Amino acid sequence: MSSTLTKPDRPTEEQRRAGGNAKLTWRQRRGHWDVKYSPYLYIAPFFLVFAVTGLFPILYTAFISTQDWDLVRNTGSYVGFEHFAWVLQDREFWIALRNTFSIFLFSSVPQIIVATVIAAMLDQNLRAKTFWRMGVLLPYVVAPVAVSLIFSNMFGDKSGLVNTLLGDIGINPILWHTDVIPSHIAIATMVNFRWTGYNALILLAAMQAIPRDLFEAAAIDGAGAMRRFWSVTIPQIRPTMVFVIITSTIGGLQIFDEPRMYDTFGLGGANKQWLTITMYLYNTGWGKFNFGRAAAVAWILFLIIVSISLVNFFLTQRLIASDTVAKKVKPKRVKASKGGK
Amino acid sequence: MHLLHKGVNVSLSRRNKTAGIAAGAAVFALSVAACSSSGDANPSDSASGSTSDEQITLTVATFNDFGYTQDLLDEYTALHPNITVVPTVAATSNDARTNYFAKLGAGGLADVEAIEVDWLPEVMQYSDMLADLTSDDTTGRWLDWKTAAATDADGRLIGYGTDIGPEAVCYNADLFAAAGLPTDPTEVASLLKGGWDTYFQVGQQYMDAGGNAWFDGAGATYQGMINQVAAAYEDPDTGALTVADNAEVKDIYDQVTTAASTMSAHLSQWSDDWYAALANNEFATMLCPGWMLGVIQGAAPDTTSWNVADVFPGGGGNWGGSYLTVPANGAHVEEAKALADWLTAPEQQLKALANAGTFPSQVDALSDEASLNAAFASGDEPTKATYFNSDTLGTIFSNRANAITVSPFKGALYFQVNDAMQNALTRVEDGSQDATTSWNQFLTEVSAIG
Repeated sequence: MSSTLTKPDRPTEEQRRAGGNAKLTWRQRRGHWDVKYSPYLYIAPFFLVFAVTGLFPILYTAFISTQDWDLVRNTGSYVGFEHFAWVLQDREFWIALRNTFSIFLFSSVPQIIVATVIAAMLDQNLRAKTFWRMGVLLPYVVAPVAVSLIFSNMFGDKSGLVNTLLGDIGINPILWHTDVIPSHIAIATMVNFRWTGYNALILLAAMQAIPRDLFEAAAIDGAGAMRRFWSVTIPQIRPTMVFVIITSTIGGLQIFDEPRMYDTFGLGGANKQWLTITMYLYNTGWGKFNFGRAAAVAWILFLIIVSISLVNFFLTQRLIASDTVAKKVKPKRVKASKGGK
Repeated sequence: MHLLHKGVNVSLSRRNKTAGIAAGAAVFALSVAACSSSGDANPSDSASGSTSDEQITLTVATFNDFGYTQDLLDEYTALHPNITVVPTVAATSNDARTNYFAKLGAGGLADVEAIEVDWLPEVMQYSDMLADLTSDDTTGRWLDWKTAAATDADGRLIGYGTDIGPEAVCYNADLFAAAGLPTDPTEVASLLKGGWDTYFQVGQQYMDAGGNAWFDGAGATYQGMINQVAAAYEDPDTGALTVADNAEVKDIYDQVTTAASTMSAHLSQWSDDWYAALANNEFATMLCPGWMLGVIQGAAPDTTSWNVADVFPGGGGNWGGSYLTVPANGAHVEEAKALADWLTAPEQQLKALANAGTFPSQVDALSDEASLNAAFASGDEPTKATYFNSDTLGTIFSNRANAITVSPFKGALYFQVNDAMQNALTRVEDGSQDATTSWNQFLTEVSAIG
């Protein structure tokens, strides 16, 4: 393969050792370098930036996680994997993990269902289309901290708006800041308030891209509105749906603002009812100034997210592979078919 | 890379790899250098070259509200024309704490940095990185316990006291009247005089007379009780945690949870419900350091029934207060020390009291009752004096400050243990656990600290 491509005027090994590049002009040599090195040069900026801003912090965090680290003096003593062992046997860590997944489920599942319904409604021929679409996005513009302040006031145990309304219809007040599940529901409400409209718009964009003749064909075949939604709309927006699910999973595992602002202390409640994994990380570092341990938590969180992303990836592969619209392209076979001698 | 023989290819890629690493390392080294030099925002020409009439700017970092208005800082410029003072204010003590420790080693703190008594023990671990503020001018300026807490083992004083939080009892006169209790501050003071037993007994009377709740919550009341214990959680000599075997702590816990089961409003301090309860007269008394007056007034602007009684169960107690420190790696350490000295002088502290209600820790200011009373009566209507129906708030808190006898030992772990304890009390208050279960969980959490 290389024989056909080798330039005829390449210097021999002896010539090159003697430094005699007589046969190779400067221009030729530059051309040679161009072919050899320039690809690396083109991709270098990204890797340099990533090395400084991404890779180095990750590795440095790994180093600190094996140290008993003093932030102020910027020194540490080696303790091996003690921090990891400590975190994995810490009750609070597991509670935080449980809460994170619970809040994630309470927020993402209803959020995606409601977002799909809203998108389907916006997809109809409405008057003042833009007004409705912008209206859906309004909550997203409000700062998360402001949302949390308003909502945690509404969810006050004694003097909150929600409990007052419940009392009016004869339901006993719910202890939003004491019981585990209600606190998760309250926090999930804030998340949903903020993100439902955003996801609805993304799904709407996907729905708008569906060819209209599919609907017409289905209608001619006698499919009603619901049937068209289930059999045409949903399969057609599946790739976008997968994207929305993945982004909200990543967001859900990193939830921080809302639970932190849910009460005045930002420590996740007296019995850690709504302590999430990122809050646990933050409190270990900036509350207890135990940065070695916080670095260990960060790495454990990193590994959790990687493994969940892998699961997500395989599920996505399956989903998209079974999808009749977005065929999965397999570039692996291309090369083999070319050079099959 | 079809153009290359394999061997050459490998050698090239290896060379490339090292070059890449070298470049990456160089970039990183540059960024680190940038980080470390950025801490030195205004490098002075030289340590000895700071003449007295050189134009300089000093920064003062505080949090919440120290009462250091721009007017007050401009007074310093009037006295020292070559010095401009620029304030920065963090929203909360916690924000200030995070910032303090993030920059203490790296550099970048203000010339004068405020710290709170809650995290003073953590600061004391790094007292060698702060300027020694000991000087003859300021000897005997503050209450003894105030300076003792900020003096390290080598006798270096690292913080100038600003304010303290001497505690009195605030009570709701309307609720007292409804329960047939006296409403005059002097009578209430003599009614409550004594230990915590007396306080809870009167509370029982109030409850029996059909009162709603005697105090706001177990956590706040516990705070007042534990601050009268000389060494609550840690051994003053070794810093080791002793809370698990300290009978005093357990007794206080039992006493406060028992009382709370019948006479607490079950509110967690600073929660939305707590603020609402202040406005709606939902409890009759609360422990009240000087700075709490502003909090009450802010939460319940329309009530007139809150009063202050010159009494505190068990004698005296202090809750909160702050210091000014001078980081040793600052650009103008000497000038910053002079500024901190001036800011914490009795005259300026009285102005700060008038501005923000921060009660002085300076002996001279404390004995000047006329000025203290005047400070509480100054400012926008309704003033503290009007709101709390008393012309003698200054006298009351001065007496409360002089009643403080115990300076509790707080080591580096105090903050975390107290947090766990507050959570334990909250669990009992909100009914999610009984007192014994909650105590045992507290012990488990404490054993994980350190």
